[in-house]
Amino acid sequence: MRKHLFPLSSFLNLETNSDMQTTTAHVYPVDNIDTDRIIPGKYTKTLDMSALASHVLEDLDPEFSKKVQQGDILVAGNNFGCGSSREQAPIALKAAGVSVVVAKTFARIFYRNAINIGLPVIEVEHHNIQSGDSISIDLEHGVVTNHTKNETYQATKMPQQMIDILNAGGLVNYLVKHGDYV
Amino acid sequence: MNQTISEKILSQHAGKPVKAGDIAIVRVDGVMATDATAPFAIKAFRQMGGKKLWDSERVSLIIDHASPAPNETVANLHKLMRDFSEEMGCRLYDIGEGICHQLVVENAHVKPGDLFLGADSHTPTYGALNAFGIGVGSTDLAATMLTGKTWLKVPKTIKITLNGELKKGVTAKDLILFLVKELGVEGANYQAVEFTGETIKGMTLASRMAIANMSSEMGAKAGLVDPTGLDLWYPFEPTFADNDAEYVRELTFDVSALRPQIAKPHSPENVVAIDEVLGTKVQYAFIGSCTNTRLEDLHAAAQVLKGKKLTSTRLIIAPASKKVFNDALKDGTIQILSDAGATFITSGCGPCVGSHLGVPGDGEVVISSTNRNFQGRMGNPKAQVYLGSPAVVAASALAGEIVEPE
Repeated sequence: MRKHLFPLSSFLNLETNSDMQTTTAHVYPVDNIDTDRIIPGKYTKTLDMSALASHVLEDLDPEFSKKVQQGDILVAGNNFGCGSSREQAPIALKAAGVSVVVAKTFARIFYRNAINIGLPVIEVEHHNIQSGDSISIDLEHGVVTNHTKNETYQATKMPQQMIDILNAGGLVNYLVKHGDYV
Repeated sequence: MNQTISEKILSQHAGKPVKAGDIAIVRVDGVMATDATAPFAIKAFRQMGGKKLWDSERVSLIIDHASPAPNETVANLHKLMRDFSEEMGCRLYDIGEGICHQLVVENAHVKPGDLFLGADSHTPTYGALNAFGIGVGSTDLAATMLTGKTWLKVPKTIKITLNGELKKGVTAKDLILFLVKELGVEGANYQAVEFTGETIKGMTLASRMAIANMSSEMGAKAGLVDPTGLDLWYPFEPTFADNDAEYVRELTFDVSALRPQIAKPHSPENVVAIDEVLGTKVQYAFIGSCTNTRLEDLHAAAQVLKGKKLTSTRLIIAPASKKVFNDALKDGTIQILSDAGATFITSGCGPCVGSHLGVPGDGEVVISSTNRNFQGRMGNPKAQVYLGSPAVVAASALAGEIVEPE
């Protein structure tokens, strides 16, 4: 069996070799959080990542960008990221410090964009995560562990092509490495 | 061969037969990015080590989302696009030329049977002309600019059959709003939709585009309209689904009794028959967007407003392209609308994306011919946006409240 390692530390940019870094969850049990709520169109016309980060999710929770710490996990309901194709949506989340997005389902363009920029996203249909819970994610096996509640949840497995892109750290690095789709 | 339209087009581009669920690396016929997505795509292209485009003839950059530039930041992003197109020799549509999807179709950059990638979520619009259009983000687009390829999962397909003649005053927009309600905003997530049936087969290209366009509001990867009756100005080879094609879901509707439909705030699936919202006061009306501001839409508005005068409600119109504007100028439509008091703005996305002009005020109610009414979409989360057909928007602008056109 092929083994796919996802050292979360590489996505979190942490100086640790641990595969299982625990981080804090921010839970918004809302369906259809669209890209206009993740980052409104009026802020997207920039290449400045920090400017995006300061407005992330502001129409949903004006305090979010102040609360979120580097490495935290965002948890949402169904169809997260529906709407526009703006890559600024996952970029804004990543720039704000979000290390993984957990949702019941994702809208397809957001899902692809997140993988392409190296932001892991994981579909978990059934879970009991609440804000403040300490969470670790094992992308290799598709398992989410809730340390606060001492529970584990099963996630949907990603297509191999996406795993390869994530393993490279995103599509830019994938193409720098391979020069073409392989 | 029991193939859907998606399976046929994608098999041709994979160079081998593929079926729903397969992961395939496919060649792409053309790409497009806008000022909302091209700057990031250019940045990613350079980071990938890109020195030249895979085929500069097949790349279009289009300035439409915040056009003309409202501030120096956007002005510099536009400049970045102009400089890049000059350096790489690719096509650039500058300010005022029109909305990306209109330009790509008008100038035949996408043709029936093509696989086209657009860095814009409404790229499924090209399903109107029997092409597989996929919306992607900037980095995916950059990768195709470099390689001429992308990877994808061949989608399962939902087949929607529409029968019956639409009543007078009921349009393709009403039909697609109704279907978004029926399927929901994630009803076709990761899937393709095929639209067929007698109702569709008699439709104009513009009406087909309105339907395919809003298939993205169901989360669809592509919205493919049956090419029977498709009338284009150049010869083409249509791609039909096989009679024994396999679908994940099949839905049939008789739409002969359909009433005009309205999406209420703040979701395009929050759709009701117009009867439920008649009398809702509106301060601002907008006819625009890649969904509904083509010539037939302007004609519908002019029919309502001919010889009339707007009083309390402001009406903004952004024609889909310079060509649409010029055609409407020549046939007198612009004069009728202008005499009625409508304000014309640059052909482009305009108020639909809330990036620059035409932002509604706090608590204001908007009736709009666009495709999305997410909270904050038009630039103000405190505004209420209702979606309807161009005729309903024009009639409501005249009445100052949501009404049905006579």
